[in-house]
Amino acid sequence: MRALTLGRWLRGARGRGGARAPRRVPPARAALTAPAPRPAPVPPRPAWQRGQQRPPQRKVTVEVLDRLEHLALVDFRDAEGVERLQKAIQFADQLHEVNTDGVEPMDSVLEDRCLYLREDDVTEGNCTNELLKNAREKVEEYFVAPPGNIPLPKLEERETFLQGS
Amino acid sequence: ALKGGSPFQVSAALKEGRVTPTELCQKCLSLIKSTKFLNAYITVAEETALKQAEESEKRYGRGQPLGVLDGIPVAVKDNFNAAGIETTCASKMLKGYISPYNATVVQKLLDQGAVLLGKTNLDEFAMGSGSTDGIFGPVRNPWSYSRQYKEKSVPKSHSQEDEESNWVITGGSSGGSAAAVSSFTCFAALGSDTGGSTRNPAAHCGVVGLKPTYGLISRHGLIPLVNSMDVPGILTRCVDDAAVVLGTLAGHDPKDSTTIQDNFKPFDLPNLTDVSKLSIGIPKEYHAPGLSSEILSLWSKAADLFKNAGAKVIEVSLPHTRYSIVCYHVLCTAEVASNMARFDGLEYGHRSDMNKSTESMYAATRREGFNDVVRGRILSGNYFLLKQNYENYFIKAQKVRRLIANDFVKVFGSGVDILLTPTTLSDAVPYMEFIKEDNRTRSAQDDILTQAANMAGLPAINVPTGLSERGLPVGLQFIGQSFQEKQLLTVAKWFEKQVKFPMIQLEVKRHDHGAFQHQKSASFS
Repeated sequence: MRALTLGRWLRGARGRGGARAPRRVPPARAALTAPAPRPAPVPPRPAWQRGQQRPPQRKVTVEVLDRLEHLALVDFRDAEGVERLQKAIQFADQLHEVNTDGVEPMDSVLEDRCLYLREDDVTEGNCTNELLKNAREKVEEYFVAPPGNIPLPKLEERETFLQGS
Repeated sequence: ALKGGSPFQVSAALKEGRVTPTELCQKCLSLIKSTKFLNAYITVAEETALKQAEESEKRYGRGQPLGVLDGIPVAVKDNFNAAGIETTCASKMLKGYISPYNATVVQKLLDQGAVLLGKTNLDEFAMGSGSTDGIFGPVRNPWSYSRQYKEKSVPKSHSQEDEESNWVITGGSSGGSAAAVSSFTCFAALGSDTGGSTRNPAAHCGVVGLKPTYGLISRHGLIPLVNSMDVPGILTRCVDDAAVVLGTLAGHDPKDSTTIQDNFKPFDLPNLTDVSKLSIGIPKEYHAPGLSSEILSLWSKAADLFKNAGAKVIEVSLPHTRYSIVCYHVLCTAEVASNMARFDGLEYGHRSDMNKSTESMYAATRREGFNDVVRGRILSGNYFLLKQNYENYFIKAQKVRRLIANDFVKVFGSGVDILLTPTTLSDAVPYMEFIKEDNRTRSAQDDILTQAANMAGLPAINVPTGLSERGLPVGLQFIGQSFQEKQLLTVAKWFEKQVKFPMIQLEVKRHDHGAFQHQKSASFS
C-alpha cells in the first residue's frame, strides 16, 4: 500500500466548507487502526459542550413529595430518593432553553397515519384458568383484594421517612 | 462446531444434514453451561428447547423445513412474554410470573421453527445502560474473557482474582441478549430498544444490533417501557442474519394497533458493489463531548471509506441532538409512571402480605417489588405529570420531540440517504468503574448517540467496526429513513464487508474439569 504523506493529508484537509473532488487515495485498510491526521467531514472537535450553567435547584415541598407518594403509590424511601427527584427536575429544566414557539406537541411518530381499529368481534378468550394461575389471592374465579375506599394514612400517621422533613 | 456460522451457513448445514437441530441445540445448551459466569441467561428452557429441536429434526427429515430459521437456536430478552416460561424483567415484581401467552415476535420465531433456548438478562424493566441493575446481577461482556482483551490489559498477574475484577460491562439494557449472541450460545437474539438498549450493548459486545422503524414490528407481548418509543430489537452476528430475522418479524399485527398496515415484504440483501449514488450524512452534533479519540478516528476512517468508494459524504446538522436526552428523560419517566401502574399485586406478580386496604397493599407491593431505579423514574414521571407541571415539562418535551424529529426530516429531505455516526462514546468500561455513577447519570451519558433515533422513530443499526486499544469492540451506527430498512441494511452490509471485524477469541475455562481449555471460535470441527 502506498503510504500517504502527512503533508498531503494536511493540504487536502485545510480547505473548509464546500465540496471537494474525491482525492485519489488508496482504499482504507480493513483494520481501521491508525488514527487519521485531519479527518473531514467528521468534525475534529465536539460540536457542543455539556451545560456548565445548571439552572438553580428548586426545592420540592414536603406537600408535593407526599402527594407524589400518594399518586405513585411508591415511596421515596430515604433522603437519597428525594435527592434523586431534585436532580431529575434540575436535569429536565434544560428543556426550557429550547425555543418551542409555534411548535405543536408530538404524541407519536406515526401521527400522519390512522391507527388500526379491528372489528368489534370476540376472537379469543375463555382463558380464565390461565389468567388466575398467576394471581396469589383468589377465590373461585375472583381476584381477592383487601377492602377498598380506605385512603392511605395521612403523612403524620404514616411511617414514612418524610415525617422528619 | 458451527459456532461461527450465520443462519445462512448453519441453515445450509442443517438442510444438508451435516448437523442436526438436536446436535446444534445441545451444543448451544452446553456452551451456555460453560459460559454461566457471563450471567447472560436468566432462564434456560432446556426441555422445551430440545423438544423444539426434535420437531425441527423431523421436519428436516421429511425435507420440509419451515424456513431459514428452522432449528436455529435463539434467545429472547426477559421482557418479552413467552408462554409457559418465567418472564421476570429482572425484577422482584415479576419473579415467578409464568407468561400465559407468547409475545407476537416470539410466536413468529417459533412459527418459523426457531428453537427458543431461554430468556436473557437485562437491567430491571429495561431501565439502564449497563445491564447491571437487575435482581439476577450484572451481565459480563464475553470480550472480558477474550484473548484480544487479555493481551491488551495491564498484566498485574493473570490470576483469577484479577480477571474477576477486570471484567467489562455489556452495555444495556439488552446486555444478556448481546452477550448470548457474542459468545455463540445462540445465533440470534431479541432485545428491546427505547433509548439505544439494543444498539448500545451490540456496540460493546461486537455484534450487529438493529433497531427497526417504530411501527414495523409488533410490541404485543413486550412489557412496555415507553409506548411511543419502544421497539423490539434484533441482535445477530452479521447483517444478513438481521435481515432474515427482520423478515420473519416485521408486518402488521392486529394485536398491536401501533403497527403500520402497509404490506411488508421480506427481502434478501443485495451485494452492493457501487456506492457512488449514495449520499452519507455526518451529523456534526454526534461529535458529542466525551467522545473518545479512538472512536472519532474510526468514525472518520469510515467516512473516508465511503468517500473513497465514490459515495457523497457530507457534514450535516441535527441542531437539537443535545436535547434529546433531556427530552427522553421527561417523556420516558412520564410514560413509565403510567406503564408501571399496572403492577399492583392483584392479578399477577409479587404481592405484599400487607392487607389493611387496597391502597396500602399496592403501596407495599410496589415498595417491595421495584428497585431504586424504577421507583425513581415513577416518582419523577408523576412529578412531570402533575397538573402544575404538565405544560412546562410534559408538553414542552413533546414539542422538543417534534423539533428533534424535524431535524431528521430536513436532513433526509435535502438528499441524504443514510447517516453515519458513532454508537457509543467509548468502548466498554470495567464494571467496577461503571457502578461509581448512578443509573440515571450513566443512561444520560451512554444513550446520547442512540436516543434521537427513538425520538424520531427511525431505523438504526450498529455495525461492529474495529477493536479499541484495550482490545474491546467498537461499533458505528447507521441511521436510515422511516421504513427504509432495506436500504439501511444494504449499506450496513457493504460496510461490514469492508471492515472485516475480527472474530472473538473466547477463552472459556471448563470449571467442571478444572482444566483450562482454549476454544478457538473460528474452528469448524
